[in-house]
This record gives sequence, C-alpha cells and structure tokens, in this order.
Amino acid sequence: MKQTTSDYQPVFVGERRRRLDEVLARYPTRRGALLPALWLVQDAHGWISDEAMVEVAETLGLTAAYVRGVVTFYTMYHQHPVGRHVIQVCTTSPCNLCGAEGVAEAFLKHTGCGDLGATSPDGRFTVIEVECLGACGFATPVLVDDDFIENVTPEKVPGLLQRYP
Amino acid sequence: MGYPHKPHARETVLLSQYFGDPDARSYAGWVKRGGYQALRQALAMKPAEVIDVVKEAGLRGRGGAGFPAGMKWSFMPKEKSRPHYLCCNADESEPGTFKDREIMRWTPHALIEGCAVALHAIQAEVAYIYIRGEFTEAIRVMQGALDEAYKEGVLGANAMGTGRRLDVWIHRGAGAYICGEETALMNSIEGKRGNPRIRPPFPAQVGVFGMPTTVNNVETITTVPHILNRGAAWYKGLSLSNPKSAGTKLFSICGHVARPGNYEVTMGFPLRELLYDVAGLRPGRTLKAVQPGGSSVPLITREEAETCLLDYEGCVAVGTQLGSGGMIVYDDSADMVYQIMRLARFYAHESCAQCTQCREGTGWTVRILERILSGKGEMQDLDLLLDLGEQMTGKTICVLSDSCAAPVVSGIKKFRNEFEAYITGARKPALALA
Repeated sequence: MKQTTSDYQPVFVGERRRRLDEVLARYPTRRGALLPALWLVQDAHGWISDEAMVEVAETLGLTAAYVRGVVTFYTMYHQHPVGRHVIQVCTTSPCNLCGAEGVAEAFLKHTGCGDLGATSPDGRFTVIEVECLGACGFATPVLVDDDFIENVTPEKVPGLLQRYP
Repeated sequence: MGYPHKPHARETVLLSQYFGDPDARSYAGWVKRGGYQALRQALAMKPAEVIDVVKEAGLRGRGGAGFPAGMKWSFMPKEKSRPHYLCCNADESEPGTFKDREIMRWTPHALIEGCAVALHAIQAEVAYIYIRGEFTEAIRVMQGALDEAYKEGVLGANAMGTGRRLDVWIHRGAGAYICGEETALMNSIEGKRGNPRIRPPFPAQVGVFGMPTTVNNVETITTVPHILNRGAAWYKGLSLSNPKSAGTKLFSICGHVARPGNYEVTMGFPLRELLYDVAGLRPGRTLKAVQPGGSSVPLITREEAETCLLDYEGCVAVGTQLGSGGMIVYDDSADMVYQIMRLARFYAHESCAQCTQCREGTGWTVRILERILSGKGEMQDLDLLLDLGEQMTGKTICVLSDSCAAPVVSGIKKFRNEFEAYITGARKPALALA
C-alpha cells in the first residue's frame, strides 16, 4: 500500500482530531472508532484514498491492510473520487414495483452520467443504484449527498438537480 | 406517502401516535406527552423486576425473529463481573420495512427512554444505537435528541439523578444489509467487517467487545416504556388472536397499494382488512401476492393472504412469517419473475461471502433467473432453482442465504406459470443478456 506522500492533507488535525478523540472515548478499544473515523475521512476528502487508509491505520494502531479490508466491505465508503454530488437511487423490489428504474434512468439522462457508477464529464454528479434505502412507502427514495428525498418521480428529476450546482 | 398521516380508525396507535407531529421530537414536547415517566419508574425498580414485567407482557422481538424480549434480557448474567452492553438494532435494511426509521424521525426520545430502561434491566451502562448509514435524517434527529437528553440529565454520569451512569451512543453503519444480523452488527461496532459470527457463544455470554450483550430492535425497545406505564396485563390483552402474540405491531405497507405507509394494528388483525380496507389496492387492480414480513419471507398468494391473521402463528399457518412487518404487495400488474430476480440480486449484492452456499448460491440464483427472463431458460432451470434453494437453506452461519431462497422457492411453487411463460416464449423477454 502507498505510503503517505508530502502533498497529502491529514484528516485528523484540529477540529476533526477533537471529534475523533470524542468518538474514541465511546469505545473500549481504538478499533471500535474505525467506522466513525472513516466517516470523518470521507466528510473531509469526499472519498477514502490509500493515503487516508494509512493515516487512519496509524491513528488507531491498526494495519493499513486491515483498514482496507473494512473499507471494501461497506458500500458507502467511496474507494475512488466521486462527483461533487453523489446520487443514490433505490431500485429494489418494493420501489421497483413503483417505477424506480424509470427514476434511475431519468437521473442518468439529466446528469449526463451515462452509466450507473460513472461520474458526469463536468464532475458534478455520480449516480449509483442502491439496494433498499429503507423508505419503501415513499417510493422512490433518493439520497443526494446527505439529503434523503422521498417520493421522487422521473418528472421531478430536472428540478431536483437544480438544487445541486 | 407523506405527513400529516392521520391514523386510520382501525389502527391501535401506540408507537405511531406522534408520527408526523414535530412537537413530539423535542425533550420538552416528549415530557409533555408523558415521556420519561416509565424510565423514572423503572429506575426505582430492581432490574429483575423490570425484566419480569416485560416477560409477563409477552413482548416478542419486532426485528423479525419474534424471540421473547424479557427472556432474552434474562439470559444476561445476574452477577455483574464484566461490563454489559446494549445494542439497539436500527440497521433497518429489510426491503419492505421502514418503521424504525419513522420511530427515530418522529419520536427519538421514545427510543432513548426505551434504551435507558433496557440498560437498567440488563445492568449495562453503554448502549450503541446502530443506525444504517443511509438514514441521514434519522441520525440527525436522534443525535439532536441525545444531545438534549444529556443536557437534561436523562443520560450521563448521573442519569435521572440516580447517581448511575447511562450512556447512549449512535454508531453509524456504512451500507451493509448484513449488519442487521445481530452478530454482524456487533462486529461492525467493533470496527470489523460485518461478517456474522457462529453461535454459540450467544451474545448474552460473548457479545460486543467480548462482553455480555443484548441486541434488541428499535420497535421492541420503544414498546417497553408503554408496558411499564400501563402494565403487563394491559399489553398482554392487546391481541385479537392468541396469547402467544401480544401487543401492537407496525406494518410498513408498500409496493402496489393506494396508500403506502406505516399502520399499527393489534396482533391478530386480519391481513385482508389491513390491505383492502386500510392501505387499499390501486383502483381497478386485484391482489396477486404478498410478503407480509419483508423480502426474506415466503410469498403468499391472494387466497392465502385473504385468510391470514397477522401474528407470529397466523403467518406460519399460511406458509410464511411475520418477520419485520414489512409488507410488500404485488397486484395483478406485477411481473413476479422479474421482481423475484430483483430480490435475488439484492441478496447476491448483500451476501458477506463467508459461506459457500450463500456466496455462490445467491449469484447462481440471479444468473439463472436472468437467463429465464432473457428468454434463454429451460424447463429444468426451475428444478435447478428449487434444488439450489434447498441447498441454500439451513446450512449457513446466518439466514441471508435462506432469505434469498424463500421468495425464489415459494415464487416458483406458486407462480410457476409466469416462469414457464418466459421459458416457452409465450412472454417476450424482459432482459437482454450480453
């Protein structure tokens, strides 16, 4: 795994270091803080790079390989850079019955992403199909960054995208 | 659906009474609605007495398994020689289920109060509420309520003025259905991959961080203060069917219905009435199939659904399970083969890949279903899927594999003609395979 390079901006300094220390106090082991630490990394950088995994590993007393093993298990941790806004559309059965695939298509069309998982050429959006967002009564639910949006239909997609420059 | 969401006259609202009422979210609003009285009462009782009340009430786990909650609590060591932990399972990821999300969004203090009561009962100091990472709004609301609870002295070093420490922390998941399985959930809290553990040892002996642990679902925990407030006998009396299934249950109704949403009814409520009279089918449509307990339970036909009583035993009587109460409704417009393939894809995506039957079986199931949907299936594929389903059931560390097989096997048995239509070419392919 890559070692930390000189232009790498450390995550756990200042306010974020303070927040990590707060989190560490909640768990009897340093490893317990791994998922929260990875969230702090993603909040800061937008994704979790090899260098960030090294920093997390050194901070929590783990190996970088171990951290990578955990990062790759959880689908919400991005292992590569993503668009400025990440759009997650639920297409699992209950939403599928209510037309979710049409909503996903509308997002692909209006963002210019082309394919699921790809980022639009202007770097603005990444559209992902997600398995069950746990809001099946609000079909189709969509997660744009941290905004949980309910009852999305293909017609609402263009207006919704305008809120995310 | 949306809010305000007025309860239907046939509902018995206990947990959902304040859904859609933003004033109930604050500490002051919750106290005004009678909140934290049950906690005060519980803290004045011995832990064993609290457990006895919950046992007497007949409360069973609402996450899916239906295990008696009081009995689960009583498995915790009586003598406290090591730290005990409570894990509240708010990983709600079972397709069809969205009840815990609403409990957390609208009545966060109800969950905090329930956690504090449970902490006392199992002699623990620390509770982790494991909330799935996608529930951004629920996490924000819960965090706000926890901050208030610490400020008001409900939680912290001197909880409710008792001199006892009670801590409740949120642990945010990061996108893994399997972390709703209790041992995977504990691994995830420990900072590990969410792989389920082999049992025994059971969590009450070796749980999170190796310590005695109880894992309860959000709905189960939130019910406990109501039992303390109104008594075990009252709660046990809430049943329209049999004494083994007591209380109210939240049903998340979704899919092909006119009014999707959470509906809370007394155990034993007829599925037929909940579906036809309360949630309603879409105009001009007829019912084809239902999964009453989330995507992991066997599909039942219209005829079976119309005789089903909604409790643990009533669902088993028609060949399915009450599960989490996430009711997925399929009307006559549904393509069962396509939807079953989508469910199988879900499980293939979510398999943690520890066990061969699950890792290979879920993927293989998807490929066969896709082949059938693309018009390239053969009749023997149906027997192959049934055989595969058998090999995937009861043979793995957790039940994710079984959960994938349940809708596939029941779907082929009950809607075989739809599969055959794709195989014979009577129906046009729904997928183009590369």
